[in-house]
Amino acid sequence: MPTENAKKTIWLRLHIDLPLFIGLLVLMCLGLVVQYSASGENLQVVLKQMVHLGIATSGMLFLAQISPMNYRRWSVHFFIVGVGLLVAVLLVGHVGKGAQRWLNLGVIRFQPSEVMKLVVPMTIAWYLSRYHMPPKFKHIVIGFALVLVPTLLIAKQPDLGTSILIASSGFFAIFLSGMSWPLLFSMAAMAPVAGWILWSFYMHEYQKQRVLTFLNPETDPLGSGYHIIQSKIAIGSGGLQGKGWLHGTQSQLEFIPERHTDFIFSVFSEEFGLLGVVVLLSIYLFIIARGLFIAVKAQETYGKLLGGAIIMTFFVYIFVNIGMVSGLLPVVGVPLPMVSYGGTSMVTLMAGFGVLMSIGTHKRLLAHGG
Amino acid sequence: MSYTQITIHDHTSESNLFARRAFFAFLFVVLLMLVLLTNLYHLQVSRHEMYQTRSNDNRISVRPIAPNRGLIFDRNGVLLAENRPTFSLEVVPEKTGNLAPMLSRLAEVINLSVEQQEKFIDGAKRQRRFKSLTLKDNLDEAEVAKFSVHQHRFPGVSIEARLTRFYPYGEALTHTLGYVGKINKKELKAIDADGSSANYAATYDIGKLGLERKYETELHGKVGYREVEINSRGRILRTLKIEPPVPGNDLILSLDIDLQKTAQQALAGERGAIVAIAPSTGEVLAMYSNPSYDPNLFVHGISSKDYRPLIQSLDRPLINRTTQGRYPPASTVKPLMALLGLESGLVSEHTKIHDPGFFQIPNVKRKYRDWKKWGHGSVDLAKSVYQSCDIYYYDLSYRLGIDKISDFMTQFGFGEKTGIDIYEETDAIMPSRGWKRAQHNQPWYAGDTISVGIGQGYWTVTPMQLAFSTATLVNKGQIHPPHLVTRQKRPLALESPDTEEALTSAGFEYIDTLDPDLPPIVLKDEANWQIILNAMHETVYNPRGTAHKVFKGAEYDAAAKTGTAQVIGIAEDETYDEKSISERHRDNAMFIGYAPFDKPEIVVAIAVENGGHGGETAGPVARKILDKYFSNKEKYIANAN
Repeated sequence: MPTENAKKTIWLRLHIDLPLFIGLLVLMCLGLVVQYSASGENLQVVLKQMVHLGIATSGMLFLAQISPMNYRRWSVHFFIVGVGLLVAVLLVGHVGKGAQRWLNLGVIRFQPSEVMKLVVPMTIAWYLSRYHMPPKFKHIVIGFALVLVPTLLIAKQPDLGTSILIASSGFFAIFLSGMSWPLLFSMAAMAPVAGWILWSFYMHEYQKQRVLTFLNPETDPLGSGYHIIQSKIAIGSGGLQGKGWLHGTQSQLEFIPERHTDFIFSVFSEEFGLLGVVVLLSIYLFIIARGLFIAVKAQETYGKLLGGAIIMTFFVYIFVNIGMVSGLLPVVGVPLPMVSYGGTSMVTLMAGFGVLMSIGTHKRLLAHGG
Repeated sequence: MSYTQITIHDHTSESNLFARRAFFAFLFVVLLMLVLLTNLYHLQVSRHEMYQTRSNDNRISVRPIAPNRGLIFDRNGVLLAENRPTFSLEVVPEKTGNLAPMLSRLAEVINLSVEQQEKFIDGAKRQRRFKSLTLKDNLDEAEVAKFSVHQHRFPGVSIEARLTRFYPYGEALTHTLGYVGKINKKELKAIDADGSSANYAATYDIGKLGLERKYETELHGKVGYREVEINSRGRILRTLKIEPPVPGNDLILSLDIDLQKTAQQALAGERGAIVAIAPSTGEVLAMYSNPSYDPNLFVHGISSKDYRPLIQSLDRPLINRTTQGRYPPASTVKPLMALLGLESGLVSEHTKIHDPGFFQIPNVKRKYRDWKKWGHGSVDLAKSVYQSCDIYYYDLSYRLGIDKISDFMTQFGFGEKTGIDIYEETDAIMPSRGWKRAQHNQPWYAGDTISVGIGQGYWTVTPMQLAFSTATLVNKGQIHPPHLVTRQKRPLALESPDTEEALTSAGFEYIDTLDPDLPPIVLKDEANWQIILNAMHETVYNPRGTAHKVFKGAEYDAAAKTGTAQVIGIAEDETYDEKSISERHRDNAMFIGYAPFDKPEIVVAIAVENGGHGGETAGPVARKILDKYFSNKEKYIANAN
């Protein structure tokens, strides 16, 4: 098929999916613009974030060069090492911001839970792609068990945000593999029961208090409800058109907490309004659509499941972050992908896109009747 | 082969299955994004206005600016109450970090007792976040300088300058000006109740006594506002709008500080009171009560160490004797009694009585004695005044009866507040049948009238009442109630103020205190006024007059009446120290006088407690006042308009 080969563009040779890459670049630029405002016009912060973006993009390009076959081969090994590291973190990890997340490896400090965001979907994809789709009940159970182990280890650190992301990455891999609808619905039906059991028998008083504060932040306006109230005021006061770039009073006067990291969406929607939000969500939707398209077009089941899980996890980031800053979900500490300040999450996210691009660009011809 | 085929077949169906699932996943994404958007629409569009308001409430803080309190001047423009900058140490606890160690470090720089530190930490817990709290008041210059050097070590601690009241003449004017002090709980309640709490938002002090209390509303002024933008830590970033405060009215008094100081000196070492008023207007030229105390002690909150002697002293310095001291008027009422005698037709100018030294009510054994044991012999009206003959008035009052006396004297203001513009004033007592029935549940006896006839018994007056009644007498019935404030200087608020400085260029308007224009006392025979005034004149110029010695060599022509009262004590609950009994049971010396005789400009009334004879103790005090007045009288006239 020489014509096919000729059509191989320069981007394909570089293993870059151009639409996805352009979408990400637009998002990054937008992120830097908001970052400048959220940091109080601090150019240093913007420059640092650009360095993060550079490193993350390099990482993405590097991972895109590796064939999905190799990821598949090493998945289970990654998983075993990853779980081992998570246990190590709980035993000897460094405490940062009240939670044990870091392993000090001499030169760099290292967060095993971040790596697990990729390793868990890889492992599930590897496990389920060994069998025919749709998976049998037994395989689904084992799949969920594989997800549950790292999720619980991370929740114990405690890092609720990351454990949610990891759980959903595994869940989406299983869902996409064709888990039966009746099973899905019965699990969904069991969730409220599980919630009630958790509330009545397992939750501490302070945890219940947190949930109550989340349900009605105005009851504790000076305590933990303060952040969410200020964030809602920022978003609400932005209105349709926003207060204008650098003119958000809630953000510029520092009423918004964590305004250049987890709460950057509040800054964005205060300054750019609902119209800006629609634009931002459209870009996200485009990236997600492109990611799903890549997964659908993937030749191997492993690639399909892994690609789909990665892009759906990306969406979970968006949904949880926007949901929490706008008062729909409790505050769990999930960044707004590509926009929030921070190197670690950026590298993890772009690594995921690297793997996705690898899936999209490494194609073999199938042997028809070979 | 077959294996491959199966694989291919499976691959297609698996692809289709995955594509379906991916489609569902995409639908799921779109659905949840719509949920997010719906919620955001709700926040940003439906409830936008509410959040807009809350956002503004967050960032905009309205800070009140205290108006400058009006100043008080004497009649010649001498400043009697001023505002001076004082320095206080202010702390915002949220900005200092841990309070206790900070305070103990601060105590190395500024004198701070452990008690003060604990009290502050305790108080800080109950305050709103980011509110500035006063740690120490009234820092001296050395403390300010010392703290300024170390300020960088204490974030969240700063020195604030504000204006506080200062009374340069101290004790001389305490009872008249009063003083301001920190607003207490009760006053705060009153402020809230009358709806002026907004106006007091930035005010620390309030008038507690005297003119400061009476004219609180006028002196206070109108609060101003500064609308500022603040960040989440309460730091002011910029001013958005200013509405400057309007200072309070300045008060211009009729008092003359020189005459006041003369009064203070004249009473040095005595307990007593001096009132000097201009009879033609009612303007109070001087009013002084001794002993006095330093009003500046009260401005920053008086310590119990300073306060205890003031409340425990037998001399009762806290009482304003000019308006709260109740003294038997004694013989100083004889001119008015004589006037009533003429009016009622019971005596004429030439009626003479014989004074054997005592008086008896018909058919009653008891003898009412004259102060002169052997009597004055033959006594006419003039002599009864200048010699102060008691028998003449025993007889006269017995014949008049209490009802006539009481009615007549009430017209001259006895038994009623004069209405002078301070709150600290008593009615004193003008006795009557009704009063005795109400007060003692007893009928009025003829003997009661005899005592009242010589200004004793139940009758008590304040020096202010005495001066007021004398003024009415020398005015021949024209009534001009005494007052202190003659005019107020009111700053005009600017129409569209731009800066705080601009206020100084705003204009003023003057508000004059109006004479109430009361109907005069009309006699059946207006010539009777002059008969009485002549008798008072004779008290001074007749060599046998009781005030003759007092005005010897004076460059002005005075008229007067002396009085010597048996002591009843100025307060109900006074307890006498064993040693001081004798001294405190000495007679009170009373004195009224005026000058010049033909065209009266100044009336004085004086009470000296336990001073003995009125002519001998109170007289010289009056002389000093009048001498001072006439040594420099141009300034009283020049400023009279």
